[in-house]
Amino acid sequence: MVLALALAFWAAAWALNARVAAFGRTRAGRIFVPVLFGITLLVLWEGLVRGLGVSAVILPTPSAIAAKFAASTGLLWADFVQTVLKGALSGFVIGTAAAFATAILADRVPFLREGLLPVGNFVAALPIVGMAPILVMWFGFGWQSKAAVVVAMVFFPMLINVVAGLAASDRMQRDLMATWGASYWQALWKLRLPAAMPFVFNGLKIAASLALIGAIVAEYFGSPVVGMGFRISTAVGVLNIELVWAEIAVAALAGSAFYGLIALAEKAVTFWHPSQRN
Amino acid sequence: MKIGRPGRRDDGVKDTLSQPVVEARGLNLVFQTADGPVQALKDVDLTVGKGDFVSFIGPSGCGKTTLLRCIAALEHPTGGTLTVNGMTPDEARRKRAYGYVFQAAGLYPWRTIAGNIRLPLEIMGFDRAEQEARVERVLELVELKGFGRKFPWQLSGGMQQRASIARALAFDADILLMDEPFGALDEIVRDRLNEEVLKLWARTGKTIGFVTHSIPEAVYLSTKIVVMSPRPGRITDVIDSPLPRERPLDIRDSREFIEISHRVREGLRAGHSDD
Repeated sequence: MVLALALAFWAAAWALNARVAAFGRTRAGRIFVPVLFGITLLVLWEGLVRGLGVSAVILPTPSAIAAKFAASTGLLWADFVQTVLKGALSGFVIGTAAAFATAILADRVPFLREGLLPVGNFVAALPIVGMAPILVMWFGFGWQSKAAVVVAMVFFPMLINVVAGLAASDRMQRDLMATWGASYWQALWKLRLPAAMPFVFNGLKIAASLALIGAIVAEYFGSPVVGMGFRISTAVGVLNIELVWAEIAVAALAGSAFYGLIALAEKAVTFWHPSQRN
Repeated sequence: MKIGRPGRRDDGVKDTLSQPVVEARGLNLVFQTADGPVQALKDVDLTVGKGDFVSFIGPSGCGKTTLLRCIAALEHPTGGTLTVNGMTPDEARRKRAYGYVFQAAGLYPWRTIAGNIRLPLEIMGFDRAEQEARVERVLELVELKGFGRKFPWQLSGGMQQRASIARALAFDADILLMDEPFGALDEIVRDRLNEEVLKLWARTGKTIGFVTHSIPEAVYLSTKIVVMSPRPGRITDVIDSPLPRERPLDIRDSREFIEISHRVREGLRAGHSDD
């Protein structure tokens, strides 16, 4: 009975959405379709959990999670500041900036290029769950060790993208720079860096999602009594599952916002690239 | 070698007598490839005077592009001597003696047309006002006035190529080197641009090196036609054109034009028969 109702609701929502999608190729339509889709999923979730009598320990209802979220905004905010702003963001900035500088250094020094990239691929393959406890031992329980984990995670994906980007300008364009008597730095600044931007943003987007994962998981291996990873691991322990889901919601929102900001910047900077112009 | 031009630019005529712009003696270039050495240029002798319009014509692999790249210091000969304005090509490059136009326009998609033309000026350190003035002037020269704010990908192939010519003209290099600049464009656009290049040449008095594999294009444009043949790349004939400098498109139906075309074709055929 519950399943039949759920199926009927799903079919109705689908039909409505298909209608809107077919008609509304407008801006409002593009926003409305995914919103409606999301609401459909939430309603189904709520209905199925209630209707089938699923235990709140296995899966709480969205309304219960929302209530928990609203009741503990202070706690969630403190965790957000600790994990996202201090751990993930600082690690992201340090890691990607260092990768960028290293890529330019490797570009100037062939020895580094030959030696660093294979080693980089190897280090990038090291599992984070193995690295994190060691880095916590080195840098302490505070956010610094989380930032260090994030740096280790984002450095090499970013490095590899920037190095590939610096090789992206074609030979004819470099020849043109030569006929104008351009110096290395002029050619880098005026030609090779702009040409590298699609790769750079690719690297930044990969790094953004890695940074959040790294900062949360690293807290499982030791942290002060604040932080999203700490909260998730301790709340699971006391079966406070609604709080775990509230933290997951915060992480998802933060991750989407972070990724969205980078995508916006990408659109502004690489407007000229065939994948961006329309 | 022809010198002196009716009207315009009487300055520089004196130098013409004393010093060629490009002088190659016994030039050789051997590329080391995976399949062993390849002789790209063999014993090339060439003199280009100031204000000459020199075409390099020949089948692919004859070294015409390589020779142009040697002149621009983008390749380095392995034997013989090559001077540009009495200097080595590298010195001439650092003195910004060359404007180079490639087969593809090679405009930077993140810069506007005006921004692209400004690029060499920025690199060479012209001041802001001078940059703007020059950009305006060359845009007018290639008939792209009003397109400065467009991005390259918003323009047709012919317009992009005109913009790349404007970019090569902007910093007033003595020597304009063009490597099959219109090779990728259709016949009609090509005819028009050829006419424009001639006008440009008459107005600016530059020395032009022009690589092509079209006989009519070479004969129509040049004061000097260098016929080359492959394996090894070498010069088989140098023709000083008797055509006047003023050349309407219908000059291509004249007897002289046909005679020169014939001689070029013979030269190309001769190059082929002995390999």
